[in-house]
Amino acid sequence: MDMYRQEILDHFRHPHNFGTIDHAACTAALSNTSCGDRIQMDVNIKKVGEKEIVDSIRFSGVGCAISIASASLLTDAVVGKDRSWIESLQPEFIYDLLGTPLTPSRIKCALLSLEVLQKSLSGK
Amino acid sequence: MRAILLYTGMPMKDIYTIRNDFPILRRTINGKRIVYLDSTATSLKPQPVIDAVSSYYTHHTANVFRGIYTMSEEATALYEQSRSAVAHLIGAKPSEIVFTRNTSESLNLFAYIWLAGHVSRDDRVVTTIMEHHSNFVPWQQFAKKIGYELAIWYTDENGCLDEGKLDTLITKKTKLLTFTAASNVLGTIPDVASIVKRAREINPAICICVDAAQAVPHMPVDVTLWGADVVAFSGHKMLGPSGVGALWAKETLLNDLPPFLFGGDMIREVHETETVFNDIPHKFEAGTPNIEGVIGFGAAASYLSALGMQDVRNHEESIVSYALSQLGKISGVSIYGPKDPAIRGGVIAFRMGRVHPHDIAQVLDEDNVCIRVGYHCAMPLHEYMGIGPTARASFYVYSDRDDVDALIESLKKVKKMFGA
Repeated sequence: MDMYRQEILDHFRHPHNFGTIDHAACTAALSNTSCGDRIQMDVNIKKVGEKEIVDSIRFSGVGCAISIASASLLTDAVVGKDRSWIESLQPEFIYDLLGTPLTPSRIKCALLSLEVLQKSLSGK
Repeated sequence: MRAILLYTGMPMKDIYTIRNDFPILRRTINGKRIVYLDSTATSLKPQPVIDAVSSYYTHHTANVFRGIYTMSEEATALYEQSRSAVAHLIGAKPSEIVFTRNTSESLNLFAYIWLAGHVSRDDRVVTTIMEHHSNFVPWQQFAKKIGYELAIWYTDENGCLDEGKLDTLITKKTKLLTFTAASNVLGTIPDVASIVKRAREINPAICICVDAAQAVPHMPVDVTLWGADVVAFSGHKMLGPSGVGALWAKETLLNDLPPFLFGGDMIREVHETETVFNDIPHKFEAGTPNIEGVIGFGAAASYLSALGMQDVRNHEESIVSYALSQLGKISGVSIYGPKDPAIRGGVIAFRMGRVHPHDIAQVLDEDNVCIRVGYHCAMPLHEYMGIGPTARASFYVYSDRDDVDALIESLKKVKKMFGA
């Protein structure tokens, strides 16, 4: 079926950047209680000139193929990227990364990783 | 389509005839038939229910208990006939049936008007771990307010409630025991009458409330045989419209309790400083009710009565038995709840290896196989069992073996796709 194209399944079976970082500078976790997904993001930031960029990132947790593939793709996409750029990311960024049609009930699964990442950076 | 006879008693209406009563089952999506396995969430509606609701709009639109004109008299008569039909289905008197929005509202209504004046901070209320949130959260939240202890009756390894545990759970200070007559996750069907009897032997003054949202639609229920004080259920889970449910309570209890909401209909006389409340059950039905909903609810109750609730139960037992055996053949599938179909309702919650239930449901949707995934409004139970969300297939009068076979075929696809 369209939603589970091969790349999504590959990221689900072998997620990139899966794990945790001890004593990460930024960390956050969120659950999607309706389906039981839970994602944690650990991020280390380094200063390069004026910019603060993502030096390393790991995610952990449990979730459906869409939420795990989303986290895997997102963590790949933000390494070396500027903090303020990540903070400004909108849902469309995730939809483009996944490149798969999502039904309304799966949007929450897809966006959980971005929500957690932005929460970890905000330090709240 | 294979026809399965409802094999005991009258009226022996076969499954094929029953399916014909449900116009939605003739719908196709992407050229494929609909395999509806989510009746525990809400049921499909037969033509007589659709006609009853439509007929109120087409022929009898008027408020109830107010007009002197013909249409209002007709609407009032239909409304009260529905109360009788619902009462008849559960062996109750019509005056003991209070119409509400749903089971949640019925249970909340009871909690709001009964707890104050009956339960204080030194007391105990007992519920079970397998409750739907609607029979858990009200008691948990009022415990914070009033200060009583909420004790929990845990299920055993088979997903059953061991009556022996009542000896320690119920004390002289236990004012209320509230439990489900059929779990919406495990499918467990406790022996309500036996539990009520045992609880009253320990504490004769105890009040007993039963969440029958998954029982009244699926099996014979006689409130006089159960012997509980309060029973709650919903219309939409038993072939009726959404937005209407019922609270049954003994006449004496209803008479003793104060009204819940104040307003129209629930009064007899209003003066500047005093109000005389109406008789039961109207005392608890403030404002213009969901008239068309109640009329549809009555039609649903009549439809089920005509099928015969023992036949409904037998049919579901046979379907669930078949589904359990077929699901059991798929390696990696874990099924929760009693293994014995005799004490299990038409619901099967399961997990499939490491595949997330959301992914299962998504793949099944490709084949129009409609199942529910998540916690099914029973998070404490999932936490207690130490499992994540589950997938759930549930059955009703219109479910047949083809539905089960379609489920199994789709699950094989899931297995192939995710390598579970």
